[in-house]
Amino acid sequence: MQREAAIREPLILGHKTYKDITDDVVGPIMGPAPLGWKIMITISSLIALYGVGCILYLLSTGIGTWGLNKTVDWAWDITNFVWWVGIGHAGTLISAVLLLFRQKWRMAINRSAEAMTIFAVIMAAVFPGIHMGRIWVSYWVLPLPNQFGSLWVNFNSPLLWDVFAISTYFSVSLVFWYIGLIPDFATIRDRMTKPLPKKIYSILSFGWSGRAKNWTRFEEVSLVLAGIATPLVFSVHSIVSMDFATSVIPGWHTTIFPPYFVSGAVFSGFAMVQTLLLIMRKGMKLENYIHVKHVEYMNIVIIVTGSIVGVAYLTELFISWYSGVEYESYAFINRFSGPYSWAYWIMMTCNVISPQLFWFKKIRRSLVATFALSIVVNIGMWFERYVIIVTSLHRDYLPSSWGEFHATSIDIGIFIGTIGIFLTLFLAFARFFPVLALNELKTILKSSGESYKNEQAK
Amino acid sequence: MSKIFHVMYDDDAKVMVAAKSLVGQGIRVKDVYSPFPIHGIDPIIGIKRTRLAIASFMYAMTGTSLALLGMWYFMIHDWPMNIGGKPSFSLIENVTAFLPVTFEFSVLCGAHGMALTYLLRNGTLPGMPATNPDPRTTDDKFVVEITTDNNSMSADELEAAIRATDLLELSIKDA
Repeated sequence: MQREAAIREPLILGHKTYKDITDDVVGPIMGPAPLGWKIMITISSLIALYGVGCILYLLSTGIGTWGLNKTVDWAWDITNFVWWVGIGHAGTLISAVLLLFRQKWRMAINRSAEAMTIFAVIMAAVFPGIHMGRIWVSYWVLPLPNQFGSLWVNFNSPLLWDVFAISTYFSVSLVFWYIGLIPDFATIRDRMTKPLPKKIYSILSFGWSGRAKNWTRFEEVSLVLAGIATPLVFSVHSIVSMDFATSVIPGWHTTIFPPYFVSGAVFSGFAMVQTLLLIMRKGMKLENYIHVKHVEYMNIVIIVTGSIVGVAYLTELFISWYSGVEYESYAFINRFSGPYSWAYWIMMTCNVISPQLFWFKKIRRSLVATFALSIVVNIGMWFERYVIIVTSLHRDYLPSSWGEFHATSIDIGIFIGTIGIFLTLFLAFARFFPVLALNELKTILKSSGESYKNEQAK
Repeated sequence: MSKIFHVMYDDDAKVMVAAKSLVGQGIRVKDVYSPFPIHGIDPIIGIKRTRLAIASFMYAMTGTSLALLGMWYFMIHDWPMNIGGKPSFSLIENVTAFLPVTFEFSVLCGAHGMALTYLLRNGTLPGMPATNPDPRTTDDKFVVEITTDNNSMSADELEAAIRATDLLELSIKDA
């Protein structure tokens, strides 16, 4: 059996058995819905409905209802898209990259992080969908035979690469998530006593029986999917960054964008995982499985990626000066001292300065501080995209075309609405799905469970 | 009359010990049902390594070929266009721009092809009935399945050998 160093902190606290793990995860699904959950899902679905209303208004009236103008013709729509896609990077990173590195702590958080990924990518996909203007012809992004002289989509364009990247990322993440869920659904199926839920979980579990051969295949599939999902994670946000980097707009035309965007995505994704998990572990009494050590590991990832983002910001500034291109250097001087300098300094404070607090062990291991800082990072990363997009556009080459962007209530309503839809989906997941990879957790109980480790140490 | 033995254990370590001793006596273990993968059980009960990874590679290569062929057809052969001064007249000159989509499409085919193969080979599909002998095998119990059909011993000899292991419960059914 695999052993672990005694000084390594245990990943599962308390005196747990295999059965306890099942009961702790499946128990909340079998029991009645708690009041707090009902209140939260009511609020979030009302916000979601408001967002859907705003989207319907937008689709029926046109994108003139957004605050876009001739100069700033791309603003919150693409800001929100990149923000959501970025958030959607942590789940697959946790489940794929950490699986390849054999990090056992991922098992407590990968399921919910993957769920978050999937919901975040759905929210991201809303924005390119609605900002096309005519959503009913959105299938034109696919290379389909057509009557326009057989005009094909442009495979040289990063915008089209994005279509392939996002749809591949979404569907592969979904499959990865679901394959992991099948054995856990089988566990719920075999515990469930009410006939209708039992039937539903029985269908969802695909008749999983846990034969030795099935498990061999399961582990192989997880490993291979992790292997191909890892470069996929890096490719997706690189391609998102190329939407900007391959243009000729000063402030966008930067070769540093792909690694800078990828680390920013991991940074914001982990921040969102912290925000959601710190509430979920409390609400669902999972403190023994997701505890301070897990939070600390994630905070270390946040320091690393946050610092990479900080270095990227400074490199951009330096290169804009070093390039000697006056348009380029103006774009950056304008960023930190122009009309949008407030947004720039919010970004700098939230993304570069605040995560450095995690160098202090006390702060890194404090749940309250982590929760507060995770929200700060989420805000900061939204402003990063806003700064990159709006400040680069609002000063045109012709001063007569200079303008500013002012968000309308529809801009705000759709953004808030997607947060509502996201939270509704996540709350539904937390209620009806196994929120921890419970059967995978059982494999590390004997090597990383507290009581087992104590016995071995004796 | 052929019989099926379902031997239940309450710990994965006990399953390993029991499987080793049973196989050592020349008994063939038909299957093991467990709530989670028991590492190291496969060579003992004679399960070969799966070839799903090879299948995935082949699906991915199919994706690579299809993507390149498609983009050659759309961009070079059928309707070449001069986009931003970068004409599309030869695959080799344009292929760098096609790499992102080629990569994405290869991953798409490799991942979904393997996932489908996995589900089909496992026989796990929506609506399939569960075949684990006891609902507790998805919780904290482990069941070893042995049949008289693929063993040369008699049912009584098998039972005696099974009873000698550190088992929790034994159920014997007629096949």
